[in-house]
Amino acid sequence: MDGVIISRLLTGMTLAFHIIFATIGVALPFMFMIAEGLGLYKKDPAYLAMAKRWAKGFTITVAVGVVTGTIIGLQLSLLWPSFMRIGGQVIALPLFMETFAFFFEAIFLSIYLYTWDRFKNRWLHWLLTIPIIIGSTMSALFITSVNSFMNTPQGFDMVKGQLVNIDPVAAMLNDSFFVRAFHVVTTGGMTIAFMLASIAAVKLLRNRFESDRAYHKKGLKVTMLTGLIFSLFAMMAGHASAQFLHHEQPEKLAAMEWHFDTSSKADLVLFGMLDEETQEVKGAVKIPGMLSFLADNSFDTEIKGLNEIPADERPPLVIHYFFDLMVFFGVFSFAISVLYFILKKFKKEWSHHSFMLYMIALTGPMSMLAIEFGWFLAEMGRQPWILRGYMKVAEGVTQANGVSLVLVAFALLYLILGFSCIYVLVRIFKDKPAAIEIENNRANVGGEA
Amino acid sequence: MDYQHIGITVLWTFLYGYIIIGAIDFGAGFFMLYAKITKKDHIISELVSRYLNPVWEVTNVFLVFFFVGIVGFFPDTAYYFGTTLLIPASVALILLTIRGAFYAFETYGKDTKFAWIFLYGMTGLLIPASFSTVLSISEGGFIEKTADGVVLDWFELLMSPYAWAVVFLSIISVLYISSAFLTYYAHQAEDKPAYELMRNWFLIWAGPMIIICQFVFLSLRQHNAEHFSMAVSHYWWLFGLSILFFIAAFVLIWQRRNHGLAFVLIMVQFALAFFGYGISKLPYILYPYIDLNHAVVNDSMALALVIVFIAGLLLLVPSLLLLLRLFIFDADYVSGKRR
Repeated sequence: MDGVIISRLLTGMTLAFHIIFATIGVALPFMFMIAEGLGLYKKDPAYLAMAKRWAKGFTITVAVGVVTGTIIGLQLSLLWPSFMRIGGQVIALPLFMETFAFFFEAIFLSIYLYTWDRFKNRWLHWLLTIPIIIGSTMSALFITSVNSFMNTPQGFDMVKGQLVNIDPVAAMLNDSFFVRAFHVVTTGGMTIAFMLASIAAVKLLRNRFESDRAYHKKGLKVTMLTGLIFSLFAMMAGHASAQFLHHEQPEKLAAMEWHFDTSSKADLVLFGMLDEETQEVKGAVKIPGMLSFLADNSFDTEIKGLNEIPADERPPLVIHYFFDLMVFFGVFSFAISVLYFILKKFKKEWSHHSFMLYMIALTGPMSMLAIEFGWFLAEMGRQPWILRGYMKVAEGVTQANGVSLVLVAFALLYLILGFSCIYVLVRIFKDKPAAIEIENNRANVGGEA
Repeated sequence: MDYQHIGITVLWTFLYGYIIIGAIDFGAGFFMLYAKITKKDHIISELVSRYLNPVWEVTNVFLVFFFVGIVGFFPDTAYYFGTTLLIPASVALILLTIRGAFYAFETYGKDTKFAWIFLYGMTGLLIPASFSTVLSISEGGFIEKTADGVVLDWFELLMSPYAWAVVFLSIISVLYISSAFLTYYAHQAEDKPAYELMRNWFLIWAGPMIIICQFVFLSLRQHNAEHFSMAVSHYWWLFGLSILFFIAAFVLIWQRRNHGLAFVLIMVQFALAFFGYGISKLPYILYPYIDLNHAVVNDSMALALVIVFIAGLLLLVPSLLLLLRLFIFDADYVSGKRR
């Protein structure tokens, strides 16, 4: 294997691992803000215990998020030094701002986690979630800005291989930034809500502590509702992304839909297998005209085909599968949350039926996979560019020896880390019924003291 | 001041910040391990974790801030250091990851495991050593420019007395700074046994620390004569003052007086030496390839970075003060009366 492939593998591996914890990091504070707020507002110790338990699990995941985030931050320069040398002239601003946001979040998260009993007025402690959420959301936005710059670079001129006439703000607020930022934030919220719902569902299925049933049902209601709302927004964001791609990155849209010849009334292709030689698609469900409609709200819109893109600038066609899976998993989770509330309204006893609980248990992992597939799609979809239209991936890669050694070392590291993290998380909650914690928090829901 | 000097001052200050709070953190981990092995862990483990729990994550941000900032202000550093440091920096990253993650697993998890404390303690000494090679490399002489790009001369690095002196200095400084801070912290907590233990460790490490400093100086003369002569001819007074502050701090702790002041003196001692080293090295970030004056990012970006930096500080300084007030200067929290 050559250096480019190994460097891509390593970067992909680090990001794929980091994104799990980054997603949790962005959205979980929002969830314990809701839970703690509900607890104080309704004077219900169950919600306070919920916030504390979520925050406790969060300390573990945030640690892994911090260290893997540090890794990717440095790996950018280690694996893509030539890119950073050129691109550093432009992306320095959002990267720098990201560290500030992260700094801000880290400080208030520390304060939040260690001051549960410090304040007489408990709403003051609740207020600490606001800077945490601002910090985590901002850091997601800034880092998304860096990535969207690489997809739709602007705010500079390229003269003899150097970037000049730089407008830092224009580069940061580039064309794809808002669409992607909206997508990142909404799918993050959706994923965490469903992950927590999955945990509640599994706990209800296992039913180890009879006394916890009411607690987990409460958890299910909060998380399913948050998940439902966020997934609605996420679908809107997805639709906006498709429209954006049609206008700005047609090669990505064409590759992900296996759309070879430019045409109007383009079909939406679901699943299927592709023979790359003949460009023939087998076994797919085709919805006539739907791609045109999705791209521009009209069945007659002309969609640019892949054959119009120079052969050495076409993204890999495998991204179609990632697209399908992302959409399928996302829609599945949304549908289950809708079903849950319909059942709750009309057939209450069915909403906690074990079949329903199994389905809910699937939503969390599926949403997380949808995030992974979505990023695979987004990143592989801009191949072969590292800076779309300006710099190919091969031009940005390191010349150093030993990349394969580093790849193996990090693969081992993530394996160990992933395994230990799951082990620790499971152990924390395994023999610890929530009922005891609820009892402990009973004195704390009074509000003013 | 022009952008490049503002940039390097900011970055150097953050690196200094990382060295101080990182050293406390790294050293504390090692002392925890040592105490565990010698069955003294009941004396200090609670004290250490009371300090570390709320701040370890913030410590890490100082480092991220530094390397993101340096690539932002001086993009050439990404090319030279990025290419040559693939292996050493990856090793440092892996150690840092193991340390951070297993610290959290050990602290917040349900069960404690000796293996985790071991990983956490040992990596605390290896990380400063691996990072210190970056400083050695920046002195020049270890990087060669070839037709294929830049390469690190491993043999030269491993055989260099200068590089080894810096490695030992970093490890011993970690133990020195950390024990000084924990002496102060234990004194605040009125935790007598922990105080005695930490004070002893401080007195033990002070001597080797000051001796190894002289080695670094002498070997720098061999390695980069230009830098050495700059340091001794123009900035000798900074290093002289540094030694005076060292002596004053040592005397205070020896006489069991003013522990807070003693730690401040140690911070000044390191600041003088660290900034003296930095100033005498200019204008080179990487001798002789990266010259501060030619490697700085374009003007519009530099201006944006400076503006963001000032805005960021306005946000961070009050937040950091709040964090310190709640966990370092709050007598009830420090002495364990408040959790």
